[in-house]
Amino acid sequence: MNDQSSKADAYWAENKRLMVILLVIWALVSFGFGIILRPLLAGIEIGGTDLGFWFAQQGSILTFIALIFIYAWRMNALDRKYDFDEE
Amino acid sequence: MSQYALNLIFIGGSFLLYVIIAWVSRAGSTSEFYAANRGVHPVVNGMATAADWMSAASFISMAGLIAFTGYGNSSFLMGWTGGYVLLAMLLAPYLRKFGKFTVPEFIGDRFYSRTARLVAVFCLIVISLTYVIGQMTGVGVAFSRFLEVDNATGLFIGAAIVFFYAVFGGMKGITYTQVAQYVVLIFAYTVPAIFISLQLTGNPLPPLGLFGEVSDGTPLLVKLDQVVTDLGFAEYTSLNSSMFNMVLFTLALMIGTAGLPHVIIRFFTVPRVRDARYSAGWALVFIALLYLVAPAVGAMARLNLIDTVYPNGTQAEALEYEERPQWMKNWEVTGLLKFEDKNGDGRINYYNDANEEAAAALAGSPQGNELDVNRDILVLANPEIAQLPSWVIALVAAGGIAAALSTAAGLLLAIASAVSHDLIKGAINPTISERAELMWARIAMAVTIGVATYLGLNPPGFAAQTVALAFGLAAASIFPVLMMGIFSKTVNRTGAVAGMLAGLFFTVIYIFIYKGWFFIPDTNQLADVPENWFFGVAPTSVGAVGALLNFLVAIVVSKMTGDVPAHIKELVESVRTPRGASAATDH
Repeated sequence: MNDQSSKADAYWAENKRLMVILLVIWALVSFGFGIILRPLLAGIEIGGTDLGFWFAQQGSILTFIALIFIYAWRMNALDRKYDFDEE
Repeated sequence: MSQYALNLIFIGGSFLLYVIIAWVSRAGSTSEFYAANRGVHPVVNGMATAADWMSAASFISMAGLIAFTGYGNSSFLMGWTGGYVLLAMLLAPYLRKFGKFTVPEFIGDRFYSRTARLVAVFCLIVISLTYVIGQMTGVGVAFSRFLEVDNATGLFIGAAIVFFYAVFGGMKGITYTQVAQYVVLIFAYTVPAIFISLQLTGNPLPPLGLFGEVSDGTPLLVKLDQVVTDLGFAEYTSLNSSMFNMVLFTLALMIGTAGLPHVIIRFFTVPRVRDARYSAGWALVFIALLYLVAPAVGAMARLNLIDTVYPNGTQAEALEYEERPQWMKNWEVTGLLKFEDKNGDGRINYYNDANEEAAAALAGSPQGNELDVNRDILVLANPEIAQLPSWVIALVAAGGIAAALSTAAGLLLAIASAVSHDLIKGAINPTISERAELMWARIAMAVTIGVATYLGLNPPGFAAQTVALAFGLAAASIFPVLMMGIFSKTVNRTGAVAGMLAGLFFTVIYIFIYKGWFFIPDTNQLADVPENWFFGVAPTSVGAVGALLNFLVAIVVSKMTGDVPAHIKELVESVRTPRGASAATDH
């Protein structure tokens, strides 16, 4: 295996690790806090209802935005680290 | 100035704007027609994507869906935004690096198979065509209500405008028109919401108003829960259906969103891979401006509606029909709001008559619910319900039409490019000149507008149900095969074709079994009720299962049928790294 392809493999592995972390958060705020884990958050009151309702209607969307920008920012750094960036 | 004149000025003015923009940025080459020459700034593309994505369903229907179901329909909010996370991480950057013009083209090249490409073209056309029907009917409804022309005339005007700017402008014209349409639709959506939030909660920001308090100090959501349960409806903030289906439906919408071809091709227009990543983030920012306001609009409109019908509280007598406000009269004309005085007391008894206990506690002696409100009118009627100035009403009219037109144009481009680039150039006549290909793209678009207008005029009685089909198909056919094309080097052409067909047929057949074959009434084998669903899976959520099946079949079949050629593995390698994306444009 030559240098270029081992570099590409390492880049891809780091990309996948980042993706898995962010997708776990993606699932946690929507399917988790917003739906399945909502009963566990029932004690945390917000505006006449509970935190799970907020996650389902607003919190998950705000988190999604943050996730995409974090991904773009980290990937740009990764592109430079492995010298795959675009000029 | 009369309301009619204002509507005419706002709608006519917005049309003039679109036509001017389209004329200035008309397309001269296939690269401009398919991908706006890949010169669109990521923020601009984000805005155009937001307009492309937010259709009549988002603008007109979504708040109503949430208003009349409450928490359970949060699926739409999470599903239609969560898909962008998948798009940004799993698809958009790599497909941009691939650097071609259409979604089927990637599938055909990656799986070195013309069959795979043609199956993808078929799925794309079914998805986009079902979607475009909804946009055309939306345009017709908005026109007939606000310009008092009949439905057909409204449709023809809308079709003519789309024809002009989409056929001449291609992706380039559509992009900049969509930016203008985004601005129109977001103002149209948020301005009335701000007024209503101020009136109800004193907070000018609707997303904060939703969790704020009404004038007597009770939290808005507590008040809403109380009045809806008084009238026998289900509690607004709790889940009144199965949690399993809410999860599955949300997942199906997410995967479906990420697999919609007309959204994916927007990311072909940015210059670089890094732009595609950021652009997805900007798209979601612009989408969120509407999606964070929508649940507030839904909750506040529901409360306003009940307050209108029960001016002295839900414990007192309902409003007398003769004293109903003007907006009710306006919408009665369209047939989307109906009153029938069942007990002959001249009052609008509005409640859930399936709930006998609650009905018995109501004032008066209602003999059944007397008010039928179509949930699609909530957003359009909102400014009238809240007694906002006439220009706000005109703005909402222009906004609803902008939302429908911008999505229609994106869909038409996806169909036209699949026909001219994948079908004609890819399969029928590979040596076709660029000029001829461009002409075919325009012809394909014109024909599609004709078909969409016809279907808009004679809507197959299943317009609402086809949305489930479009998302189910996108989730079960397009998304998995794209993802495997990027993330697997072992899925081969046989696996991809088998996977797509398995996902496609499974999803379509499951939906038809409950909704009727080709949606023809009374041809369903099983009644569409939860007791009949296999493992409790609703037909609307089945796309998520179809996607899983697609993955499984593709992987298993690939294992049995041999390896992927070396040059395809190199292609996958090259798609995974960004460098060279701008060079990849021209081969």
